[in-house]
Amino acid sequence: MEHTIAQIIVATLVKGGIYALLASGLALIYGVGRIINLAHTAFYMLAAYGYVYFTQGFRQSLGWSVPESIAVTVVGLGLLGVLVYRFLLDRIREHEAAVLLVTISIGMALQELLRIQFSSVPSTLPRLIEGTTSILGVGILKDQLLTVGVVAGVIIVLWLLLTKTKLGISIRAVSNDAEIASVVGISVSRTLMVTMGIGTALAAVAAILTTSGGSVFYMMWLPPLMMVLVIVVLGGLGSFKGSFIGAFIIALVEAIVLNLYPTHGYLSQVFALAVMFIMLVVRPAGLFGTMFEEERL
Amino acid sequence: MVRRLLGDFRWSILPVPGRVLAVIFFVLLFILPLITHALIADDDGILLTFTITCIYAIFAVSWDLLSGYSGQISFGHALCFGCGAYISAILYLRFHLPPTATIPIATVGATLIGVVTCLPALRLRAPYISLLTMALPVILASIIKELPREWLGGKYGLPHIPPLAHTATGTYYICLIVMAVSVLIMWKLTDAGSRYIRTGLIFHAIREDEIAARATGINTIRYKILAFAFSGFFAGIAGALIAHVTNGASPDHFSLLISFNAIIWVVFGGIVSIYGGVVGVFALYPILDLLSQYQAISPYRTLIVTVIIIVILLFMPEGVAVWIRDKIERECPRCKLGNVAWRKECRACGAPLH
Repeated sequence: MEHTIAQIIVATLVKGGIYALLASGLALIYGVGRIINLAHTAFYMLAAYGYVYFTQGFRQSLGWSVPESIAVTVVGLGLLGVLVYRFLLDRIREHEAAVLLVTISIGMALQELLRIQFSSVPSTLPRLIEGTTSILGVGILKDQLLTVGVVAGVIIVLWLLLTKTKLGISIRAVSNDAEIASVVGISVSRTLMVTMGIGTALAAVAAILTTSGGSVFYMMWLPPLMMVLVIVVLGGLGSFKGSFIGAFIIALVEAIVLNLYPTHGYLSQVFALAVMFIMLVVRPAGLFGTMFEEERL
Repeated sequence: MVRRLLGDFRWSILPVPGRVLAVIFFVLLFILPLITHALIADDDGILLTFTITCIYAIFAVSWDLLSGYSGQISFGHALCFGCGAYISAILYLRFHLPPTATIPIATVGATLIGVVTCLPALRLRAPYISLLTMALPVILASIIKELPREWLGGKYGLPHIPPLAHTATGTYYICLIVMAVSVLIMWKLTDAGSRYIRTGLIFHAIREDEIAARATGINTIRYKILAFAFSGFFAGIAGALIAHVTNGASPDHFSLLISFNAIIWVVFGGIVSIYGGVVGVFALYPILDLLSQYQAISPYRTLIVTVIIIVILLFMPEGVAVWIRDKIERECPRCKLGNVAWRKECRACGAPLH
């Protein structure tokens, strides 16, 4: 029993950390530009494929070292996010429906590209760090510790960026009120572009952490997409703190369900959706979402 | 009442190029079997493609009615679609009812389910409502998969449902006529310029500013439920038809892909315009089906279609049909009547058009 609880806690921390990275990227972009980026986890998938390609190769290996590949993947994905925003999303930002359609089309296009290009995929990938350690008598993979550490580090850096730097202040200003922000001289478009880059770079970090000891698959963007949307809504759209806490709640639900029904993996999605459903019925604006009194329906 | 409604059409087709195109489009659809018979020996495949296209057109337009007009953007419109398919399949397999009975009952059932499940969504604002509606079909599909196979067929669904008619041509005409009538009804329901049906105007008001709509004395909750009911009704028809045309209902009819397809078609054609959905489906679905016929292109078909969508949306962010309409029609600034783009003054009130 104690062993099960320890397993659930470890799984929650690891999975929750990865969800937190993905969800905070999505929440940032939504908060700043009111863009629901349905391609967010597709960038995560692209990063996973990219990292595997750089280190392992699918048919022939590029044979880059791990730090090189990590740097190239994260920076490359950040640049890709900036480019996608600059050339695709910026001009249709005002049309909400068109943004939905274009982002989901980008996701499907990436999925198809990866399916056609990399048909043969190595089954299991090596871990970033091998070996196990034990904390309070519970055996933990060193890799899982690394994941938790990296996530904590990234979140702290992101928090410092948002609160202490000029860029962070402009990001928060635009997400508070884009019109006033542009009046005081902040370029809304450029802030959004940078935010998009940060968001996709965070997704790339999450992807590298999941590929360690896992595998890549061209449909791997869909389950996390649904989970991340659930998390962001659960925490309150646009709320950075909310999406962070929501990630761990959903990861806990997923870990418990996977422990109860190990053979029915897809049930974890159903239970996560049910949690969100109940949450929205009780609190229509999510955990930390703000709703003005006059907006209440 | 009926005469007043007919008078509401004003029968002005020729002066408005968009309507002329719509009439030409439907005439072409009606003579399509004649053309395919003459050109291809075995045309059942093509007719089946267009039959399914017609059904998806009803489904897409019903999403536009709910999400485009009343602004309740739903990511889970497959709920009513799947319920329509399942109810008609169960009615046939358990009670051996003919399609003339299963389809109406399934439609009413899907409408009721749509209305009941929309109740928790009524107090939610824009992005939250999308996610709440997305949850329902996914949960329902996995419940169906988990139930014993004798009840609802488990993950294999309910196969062996008889077709609507004996020939492909017959099935095509049934679906085409249902599609034409449904689209016409939905167009009237959402017509903001109508003198007798207020729903269109009220849906626009709710989308633009729900609080202001309330302040003018509109019971917005009642009209939102009405929007869910209308759109559930037509999605239910589409679901019941698809169960008969593709010979079965499966949990895939509840999948996220079906819900997202409705969004893709409608936004591609042009949201908040009933014809946008029809144009979107008839532009994208047959292309996808045609591309899958060729071995060489088949693996790339989704890639090709998504790239086409992205490129077109960049230049026509409001959708293809709306873009074309704005090129060939001009709305009179005084009386809001549609005019041919090259007219100098309004055909009704004589106001100058610029």
